[in-house]
Amino acid sequence: MSAVQEVVTEAPAVEAVPKRAMTLGNGTSLAMLLVLILVPLFVKNFIIFQLTMLLIYALAVLALNILTGGSGQFSLGQSAFYAVGAYTSAILMEHADINYALTLPIAGIVCFAFGFLFGQPALRLSGVYLALATFALATAMPQLLKLGVFEKWTGGVQGLVVTKPDAPFGLPMSQDMWLYYFTLAVSVAIYIFSVNLLKSRSGRAFMAIRDNEIAASAMGIDVALYKTLAFGVSAGITGVAGGLGAIAVQFVAPDGYTITLAISLFLGMVVGGVGWLPGSIVGSAFIIFVPNIAEGISKGLSGAVFGVLLFLVIFLVPHGARQIAVVAQQLLGKFKKN
Amino acid sequence: MELFTNQVLAGIATGAIYACMALAVVMIYQAIDHLNFAQGEMAMFSTFISWQLMQWGVPYWGAFVLTLAFSFAAGILIERLLFKPLAKAPILTNVAGFIALYAIINSVAGLIWDFTIKQYPTPFGSSPFLGSQLISTHQAGMIGVTVLLLILLYLFFQFTRIGLSMRAAASVPESARLVGVNTGWMIALGWGMAAAIGSIAGMLIAPVVFLEPNMMGGVLIYGFAAAVLGGLTSPFGAVIGGFLVGIIENLAGTYIPGVGNELKLPIALALIITVLVVKPAGLFGRPIVKRV
Repeated sequence: MSAVQEVVTEAPAVEAVPKRAMTLGNGTSLAMLLVLILVPLFVKNFIIFQLTMLLIYALAVLALNILTGGSGQFSLGQSAFYAVGAYTSAILMEHADINYALTLPIAGIVCFAFGFLFGQPALRLSGVYLALATFALATAMPQLLKLGVFEKWTGGVQGLVVTKPDAPFGLPMSQDMWLYYFTLAVSVAIYIFSVNLLKSRSGRAFMAIRDNEIAASAMGIDVALYKTLAFGVSAGITGVAGGLGAIAVQFVAPDGYTITLAISLFLGMVVGGVGWLPGSIVGSAFIIFVPNIAEGISKGLSGAVFGVLLFLVIFLVPHGARQIAVVAQQLLGKFKKN
Repeated sequence: MELFTNQVLAGIATGAIYACMALAVVMIYQAIDHLNFAQGEMAMFSTFISWQLMQWGVPYWGAFVLTLAFSFAAGILIERLLFKPLAKAPILTNVAGFIALYAIINSVAGLIWDFTIKQYPTPFGSSPFLGSQLISTHQAGMIGVTVLLLILLYLFFQFTRIGLSMRAAASVPESARLVGVNTGWMIALGWGMAAAIGSIAGMLIAPVVFLEPNMMGGVLIYGFAAAVLGGLTSPFGAVIGGFLVGIIENLAGTYIPGVGNELKLPIALALIITVLVVKPAGLFGRPIVKRV
């Protein structure tokens, strides 16, 4: 009996999303891009700043989406990668005087390496255990950043102040607006990269691992390599987002990258729909604006309002924004037929 | 040598806190196969209930028993209302649910009792225990209660019919259902018991860390570390793991240069990762074999 007792068929950690359902059609994507290009021309600087943050968090959520929706691995530790990216950019800009645009690829590479290495021990873990290990990573990160040994570069508890770049070539636009368009360009590039990644051989390997690890390895997929690779890519993109975040906020400090950030990113992914890349921006909007709305409803109960909203999402639209998009598409289809 | 013994003693004293929390974590893991990230907040809320009862003039042990009953009922209620509908959902959805619960409980507790730090009484007194400066009677009492709890749980799971049903429902749900075990209620019962054990942990910890809505943040991570170290499938392992984490934390702080208070959380992280990599089932857990 004991042999039977110990054999468990593990439920998949994440629901399988077919490859085609992971992205938007070309027309919708272009319309979306057009909106993102035009909006900043009509709003105030503060809102442009918020839109920049929206894009940055969307990138971080996208990165998590590749990891979880693509390869089926959890992470509650994305804030750690975000922090490493932010600090890499900030240190390079302030101590080595490197141009801000050049620091981003470096931040990406550093985080890719970090994620790839962290993926090694994470290989042995799945589901809840992985969530736990990454959770611990996220809680430990602020403490590591405060370490006296690194204080010369990181500025310790005080953190580092980062100078905001001016628009180049004497373009007549404010710093905020320039940074927005810069972020938008980076985001679009990364989005296209991610869509193509998931369509490629590697993307198919990720998804095979997500759906059934043992079957995937039986088909000749190097499970260990692709799982760590997914961690690396996800961490790398998060690192770029972190670098952009440091430039936009003009400040890095250990307490800006606590477990709360990791949880927010995780929630953003759930709200946006796991495995649906365009949902990342919806999820990002949720984590930026909903806490404000919750605070507007009741100051003392903002956490509770936030939690209740999250439960509503889980129960009513368990597939997040993807589900809403699908329903909308079907309605539109019916409307056209009539 | 004396320094060493003293540090080990002090480690056991703090380890008792982690052991309590780890026991609650393992209970819920046994029942539902998930780690409940809201466990610490549930314990914190129960502790506040007992504090409120004492403010209204209920004696300590009266408040203790009432709180246990309340936590047990609340645990079952949460399972029935919120997590039973999610039983078939992917793990990811469940984790999101735990986080939502965490946010709700934390914020409600903050609203009712605000965020100021409160003193919490101890039934054991806080004089030195047996003349030792390192371990107070409260900490000794805490160790005693943890061990007692463990023995009671052992007896419950080994020698009662309902304990057997719970074990059956957790390890082979299908077969358990076929022999007439109501697996749904066993899960609810697991939630109730985990909540009750958590409330005991909260009431024992509160005199040490003081009562406030965020009191469980750090403790929960150590509780997780302890549970992982001992093995998530073994209540006995969780308690041993708790004491070990306490001792390791203290010894590392004393003997490894550069590890001060600021590095204590990273130690828990390093411990979790090392254990998961070297021996994923923990010291006393049983390994789980997967099939396609």
